[in-house]
Amino acid sequence: MLLIPCPWCGPRDESEFSYGGEAHIARPREPESLSDAEWADYQFMRTNPCGWHREQWLHAHGCRRWFNVERNTATYAIRAAYRLDEAPPHREDAL
Amino acid sequence: MQRYSALNIARHAATGHRHWEPAWRQAAPRRRYRVLIVGGGGHGLASAYYLAREHGITDVAVLEKGWIGGGNTGRNTTIVRSNYLWSASAALYEQSMKLWEGLSADLNFNVMFSQRGVLNLGHTLQDMRDIRRRVNANRLNGIDGEVLDQAGVKKRVPFINTDPGIRFPVMGASWQPRAGIARHDAVAWGFARAADSLGVDVVENCEVTGIRRENGSVVGVDTSRGPIDADRVGVVVAGHAGVLAEMGGFRLPIESHPLQALVSEPIKPILDTVVMSNAIHVYVSQSDKGELVIGAGIDAYNGYGQRGSMQTIEHFLSALVELYPIFSRMRLLRHWGGIVDTCPDASPIIGKTPVKGLYFNCGWGTGGFKATPGSGWVFAHTLATGEPHPINEPFSLQRFETGALVDEHGAAAVAH
Repeated sequence: MLLIPCPWCGPRDESEFSYGGEAHIARPREPESLSDAEWADYQFMRTNPCGWHREQWLHAHGCRRWFNVERNTATYAIRAAYRLDEAPPHREDAL
Repeated sequence: MQRYSALNIARHAATGHRHWEPAWRQAAPRRRYRVLIVGGGGHGLASAYYLAREHGITDVAVLEKGWIGGGNTGRNTTIVRSNYLWSASAALYEQSMKLWEGLSADLNFNVMFSQRGVLNLGHTLQDMRDIRRRVNANRLNGIDGEVLDQAGVKKRVPFINTDPGIRFPVMGASWQPRAGIARHDAVAWGFARAADSLGVDVVENCEVTGIRRENGSVVGVDTSRGPIDADRVGVVVAGHAGVLAEMGGFRLPIESHPLQALVSEPIKPILDTVVMSNAIHVYVSQSDKGELVIGAGIDAYNGYGQRGSMQTIEHFLSALVELYPIFSRMRLLRHWGGIVDTCPDASPIIGKTPVKGLYFNCGWGTGGFKATPGSGWVFAHTLATGEPHPINEPFSLQRFETGALVDEHGAAAVAH
């Protein structure tokens, strides 16, 4: 069971949250100009790392707000939670 | 290979069973092979076996980072069926089913395949319409199936709760009589032994750490036991396909999730079939030892930890005791997790990758065990000829660009 630190509500039990997958996937600004391969990359391809992962969570049974979490997919440790308008606290090469 | 037979058992009994040979050699990796298979689970070993048997290619090594039977092949809930909706899936899983039916004899190894039938329950009118559609589609594809009403389910599982007042009442089911269960680790051992006897090197404790490429073609792999060259490399690493893809320099439409299962204390025979429920998400069968083997859906988050959250277990156990109140006071013996690679359309990826000579067989989600022989059979063809077999052609990585997905979320019979 994960203990997830909601940026607004503090640490809460995982059962209050729902999972939103990989974070920071930006929707293309001009979808019609993309090739099929580029669209597939946006739509389906994921980094799916074994290690640190930036991911989205929704505090569904709490404040009902989305936010991002840096969680280790191998150890399940959580080292940061940050709002959608905040920059990730760790650099890309620290992932 | 030392054959297993009644006569041989009697012969060895005379010497106290002290002289049985190991089932397969402890092979050390050579410097070069024609074909390398990364991943010594059921699918990888089956690929090696059919590569040797069907295509005569025996210059093959299977590289396993742990030991044979220690990964997902030994962690699943052992269910085998082929009642998938779409023709592409039906062809793949039915090919597998046909191989299952002769597998113990083929391998000279008892995989304890027991065709005790599988029920997929329906709990709403829409479920029942979907079940009727799926059974009709199955029968058109030559796969056995029947639609049962509530009384038909009750006849096969007399203790199931058919009270109309429960949250998800049992309205009926699909029934595939040829489906069933098999002993999962015996499948890995049987394929390892049979492949080894045809000359394949089964190399344990050999972790692949890199995929070596030159000019866009694969030339070999780096491993914890040194580099190995090969003309072709097949990657069959359920749970770690994304990690291996990263070594190959591309991404996959796969997310890895924990999937949990558990077994109860052993009891006398009570359940002689397999019962699955998509809507309330639990499936159960009884092993030959008498344990109830219970599984359900994945944990929602990405994870490689081979463990999940207790709330997921609570969810499927509450479904279990609602459907089968008789099990409510049973004790659980063990519980564990494996890692499953889920695809957006709940169908596998079997075929070419952006790297020439590198082939992937992955993305089986929660349902790979049933496909073990068929998956190996089509992947062996792909590795031998460099092209997919017509059966695995629809399961290319390319389908995520063309949009020709094989959407089995509903018909996979367990929500993914």
